[in-house]
Amino acid sequence: MSVPLNILFWIVVIPGTVVFGLVASWIVRKVSALVQWRVGPPLCQPLYDIMKLMGKEILVPQEAQQTVFMAAPLVGLAGILLFSIMLWRITITETAFVGDIIVAIYLMALPSLALILGSSASASPHAALGTSREMKLVMSYELPLVLAFIVVIIKTGGQLNLAAIAQQTPALSISGMLAFLVALLCVQAKLGFVPFDIAEAETELGSGVLMEYSGALLAVWKLIQAVMLVALPLFLVTVFLGGFRPNLWAGLGKLVGILVLLILIKNTNPRVRIDQAMKFFWFYCGIALAAAIILAIIGNYCGVGWL
Amino acid sequence: MSWKIWSLKKSPWVFHVNTGACNNCDIEIVNLLTPKFDVERFGIKLVGSPRHADALLVTGVVTRQAAPRLREVYRQTSKPCVVFAMGACACDTGIFRSGYHVVGPVDKIIREIDPNAIIAYVPGCPPKPEAMISGIVKALSIL
Ligand code: SF4
Repeated sequence: MSVPLNILFWIVVIPGTVVFGLVASWIVRKVSALVQWRVGPPLCQPLYDIMKLMGKEILVPQEAQQTVFMAAPLVGLAGILLFSIMLWRITITETAFVGDIIVAIYLMALPSLALILGSSASASPHAALGTSREMKLVMSYELPLVLAFIVVIIKTGGQLNLAAIAQQTPALSISGMLAFLVALLCVQAKLGFVPFDIAEAETELGSGVLMEYSGALLAVWKLIQAVMLVALPLFLVTVFLGGFRPNLWAGLGKLVGILVLLILIKNTNPRVRIDQAMKFFWFYCGIALAAAIILAIIGNYCGVGWL
Repeated sequence: MSWKIWSLKKSPWVFHVNTGACNNCDIEIVNLLTPKFDVERFGIKLVGSPRHADALLVTGVVTRQAAPRLREVYRQTSKPCVVFAMGACACDTGIFRSGYHVVGPVDKIIREIDPNAIIAYVPGCPPKPEAMISGIVKALSIL
C-alpha cells in the first residue's frame, strides 16, 4: 500500500469503526423491529443515544470502588478498538501483521473481563448476580471458541498468522463448517444476545452488569457493544470465510450476512438458564468440535480437502 | 437549545415505577411497546435501571410503603430527567383519595426532595396509549 493511503487508513480506522458499529447496532434494532412487525428506530438513533448519554450526569454509587468503576469501560473500549484495528489491517490492506490468532483471542476476552471488573466494583447486588453469571458464561464459551480456532489452525496447515489464515476458506469443509457454526454461537454469547443474554437479563436483573452505570460511562459501554457488533463478525469472516476476498463488497456482504444471522438467532429464541448454557457449550459444542478436530486431522493426513 | 436537550428529546429512555396502581395503567404503558404503537420509532426505550432513565413513568397513588422507594428511585435517576404522572391516581390520587394507605399524589412526594423537578401529568383512568404518547411529546417539546 502506498504511503498516503496508509496514513489515510490510520486516520480513518478508529472513527470509521465506531460509525460502522453504530450503524450495525441500528441494523440490530431495525431488523428486530421488522421481525416483530414494527417500524423501528430511525438510522441515527444509536448516535442520539450516545450523545444524550454523554450529556447526562454521572452517578457513582457510594460504596463503589471508584477507580475500577470508572476505568473498566475505558479498558474495554481500548481492547476492542485495538482488536478491530488489527482485523481491518489484515482484511482491507492485506499486509502481514505481527499479530497472530492467539493475540486476537486474548484481545477478544478483554471487554468481557472489563465488564466483570466494572460491575463487581459497583457494589450492587443485581450487578453482583450479573457478574457471577457473566463469569460463568465467559468460562463456558471460551473453551469451544478456542477449540474452533484449533480446527482452523489444523485446516490451514498449522498457520497462526491471521493474514495467512485469511487467504484460505476453512468453512468450505465439513469440519470447518462445524467449527464455524459453534464459533457463531460463541459470538452470540459474547455479544450478550438472546438466548445468551443471561448476564444482562433485562426482565429479572434490571440490566444486570450495567445496572449502576449512568451518563458518559454508560455511553462508553454502549460504544463497546456497538464496536463488538462489527469486530466479532469481522473476526469470523477473517478466520472462517476467507477475509475480504475477492473484493471489498464481497467482504462487507459476508459481514452483514453474519450480523443478520446473529439477529435472527436472537429474535427466534428464548433465554436459557446459565446451567443450560454451560451444558450446551461444554457438552454439545464440545462433542461437535471433537468430531470436527478428528475429521480435520484425518482430512489433513489423507489429503482430502472437503473433510 | 443546547445539544444535550436536543439529544434528550431524540432518545428519552423511560423507567416504569408502579407506586400502587391497580395495574391497569401499567398494562396500557406496556401497550406502548407493542407493534401497534411502537414508541421505539421516537427513540423511546423501556430500560431496567433508573440510572439509565431520562423519564420516570409513575403509575398509581403513592402508598405509605412506596413513598420512600419513590424518593429513592428519583434520587438514583441521573439528571436531567422528567417525571410523568400517568393516570388519575398518580396525578391526583383519583378514586383512592380517602384510602387509609395513601400518602398523596406523585408530584407532592417528588417536590418534597426536589422542588424544581419537571413533572408532567397525563390524566385518565387509565389514559389511552395515544394520550400517553401525546403527553410525552408535549412535555418534551416545552423542555
Ligand atoms: S388511574 Fe385508574 S387505571 Fe390507573 S391506577 Fe388509578 S385506578 Fe387504576
